[in-house]
Amino acid sequence: MSYDVVVVGAGPAGSAAALAAARAGLSVVLLERGPFPGSKNAYGGVVYGRVLDDVLPGWWDEVPVQRWVTRRSTMILTGHQALTVDFRTSDWGQAPYNGCTTFRADFDGWLAGKAVEAGAQLLTSTVATGLLREGGRVVGVRTDRPDGDLRARIVVAADGVNSFLAKEAGLLPKTDAAHTTLGVKEVLALPREVIDERFGVRGLEGVDVEILGCTRGIPGGGFVYTNRDTVSVGVVVSVQHLAAAKVRPEELVADLKAHPAIAPWVRGAEVKEYTAHLIPEGGYDAMPELHADGLLVTGDAAGMCLAAGIWLEGVNFALGSGLAAGRAAAQAIAAGDVSRAGLACYRKDLESSFVLQDHKRLRRAPGLVLSERVQQRYPGLIADLVQDLFTVTNPTPKPGALRLLRAAAKRNGVKLRHLAADGLAAGRTFR
Amino acid sequence: MTGYDEIAFDDRMATVEFRVGERAHIVVDSEVCRSCTTQACVTACPANLFAPTSDGGILFNYEQCFECGTCYQVCNGEGALSWSYPDGGQGVVFRHG
Ligand SMILES: Cc1cc2nc3c(=O)[nH]c(=O)nc-3n(C[C@H](O)[C@H](O)[C@H](O)COP(=O)(O)OP(=O)(O)OC[C@H]3O[C@@H](n4cnc5c(N)ncnc54)[C@H](O)[C@@H]3O)c2cc1C
Ligand code: SF4
Ligand code: SF4
Repeated sequence: MSYDVVVVGAGPAGSAAALAAARAGLSVVLLERGPFPGSKNAYGGVVYGRVLDDVLPGWWDEVPVQRWVTRRSTMILTGHQALTVDFRTSDWGQAPYNGCTTFRADFDGWLAGKAVEAGAQLLTSTVATGLLREGGRVVGVRTDRPDGDLRARIVVAADGVNSFLAKEAGLLPKTDAAHTTLGVKEVLALPREVIDERFGVRGLEGVDVEILGCTRGIPGGGFVYTNRDTVSVGVVVSVQHLAAAKVRPEELVADLKAHPAIAPWVRGAEVKEYTAHLIPEGGYDAMPELHADGLLVTGDAAGMCLAAGIWLEGVNFALGSGLAAGRAAAQAIAAGDVSRAGLACYRKDLESSFVLQDHKRLRRAPGLVLSERVQQRYPGLIADLVQDLFTVTNPTPKPGALRLLRAAAKRNGVKLRHLAADGLAAGRTFR
Repeated sequence: MTGYDEIAFDDRMATVEFRVGERAHIVVDSEVCRSCTTQACVTACPANLFAPTSDGGILFNYEQCFECGTCYQVCNGEGALSWSYPDGGQGVVFRHG
């Protein structure tokens, strides 16, 4: 069989690419190795869907939402302390919304359905086992179906974090443990009213909590997200440091659930599902070449997940880059040039959109948030400082804030000049 | 204490659906593992599928694998792991994810 475009992977990037290419009138086949889209995929999760505004107007009326995030917190934990910055706004509870919790088994299937409506053909339970090449150019993929090969003018590799296609094309290194994190998550069942009450929400309002300092010093962080009648709790940690620490990942989730600040939220909950998945966290500086002759790489396969440390935006970047890949395929085919040069419009498009602009701006964020001081020292420093500020010492007069800061820094092994330097770096990173 | 009963590992894995294929999609060469100094896979695999054996090697069972890739990312022994995805439609099936 021969198509204009073969898209490998029906995650958000692949379905978005297939949607855009099919809308442009191309013949598109979308391959997914799982029995249904989403069956192999796990994430935190919150989807920030505004990138769909132009392609699927009113997407919020149909997206398989669990809850709309109207409350977002960042927490800093030590073994016995917790400091939370907590924000809520009713603006995020109405159209056009900001983010929703949703399960990948639901969301990925919904989006793949949109690609099919646009004319793409979805083939599930099909593994792309390799690239078909002629004279160095990619001209299709091999599959594990009986009739095997699928030829195409352009192959879109949307096969996620382990992208064997991008590796085969020589664009990605075989392993990259330094830029890869492992996420493990539990979905915990609780009655809906109990979730509403414990998290202070009602209706479809939901909560998104990112947590620093809960991973035994292993670079990473934790999260808690509310769904309708489940709560998702998990951690994301550097695979390299996890391996070196000889800690089992599920123990970190157990630690988190047992923390005095988290335990009251999940008490009595039953584990519905345990999942694990990798994340490419290298950001802009670790991104591969995004295209080759006859090949476009998109989503996590291209390292597009924006990970400013513990704040993960992967689905929206997969959607943004996937749509761009679909458009680029259409443009190149229309121009009759699917070579590397003809596909260069893909990178240009990404550079002019949030995808590469945000990545470029935040290129230092993963390094900073996952750095040793931020991970191992600052949570304790900040928590100690706040505890000292809030502890009423009568009859001893109140010590000055600067003295407390010095003492907290010393106790946590931080030099003030390093604190100042990191503060400046943070200012530059997130400017 | 918090009153939270931590779930046993087998019960944890029992929450996940696996459509086990005939073909082992990951194969471990225990010979290589015997001279591996880290055996990092043993603790890092979220499904706990790598069991050290008394002769210093590794006993591996592919059946309850998340297909995540952690093992090959952390593997310390050249050629110890041959890693591929299960055949189409087989392997892990997340119901929530
Ligand atoms: C624990 C965790 C928490 C996260 N939290 C969030 C969050 O809250 N918000 C957010 O926006 N992002 C989050 N992310 C990141 C987000 O999940 C990813 O960035 C996003 O899923 C990338 O989409 P993708 O389409 O590129 O890849 P994927 O979603 O991985 O999709 C790839 C698809 O390709 C298929 N496939 C792979 N190889 C083949 C093959 N050879 N043949 C056929 N099919 C194949 C797979 O089965 C899969 O369906 C999180 C990730 C993790 C692991
Ligand atoms: S890390 Fe690799 S070589 Fe070492 S024991 Fe595990 S599988 Fe074998
Ligand atoms: S792919 Fe993941 S779950 Fe499977 S054996 Fe390797 S580390 Fe374990």
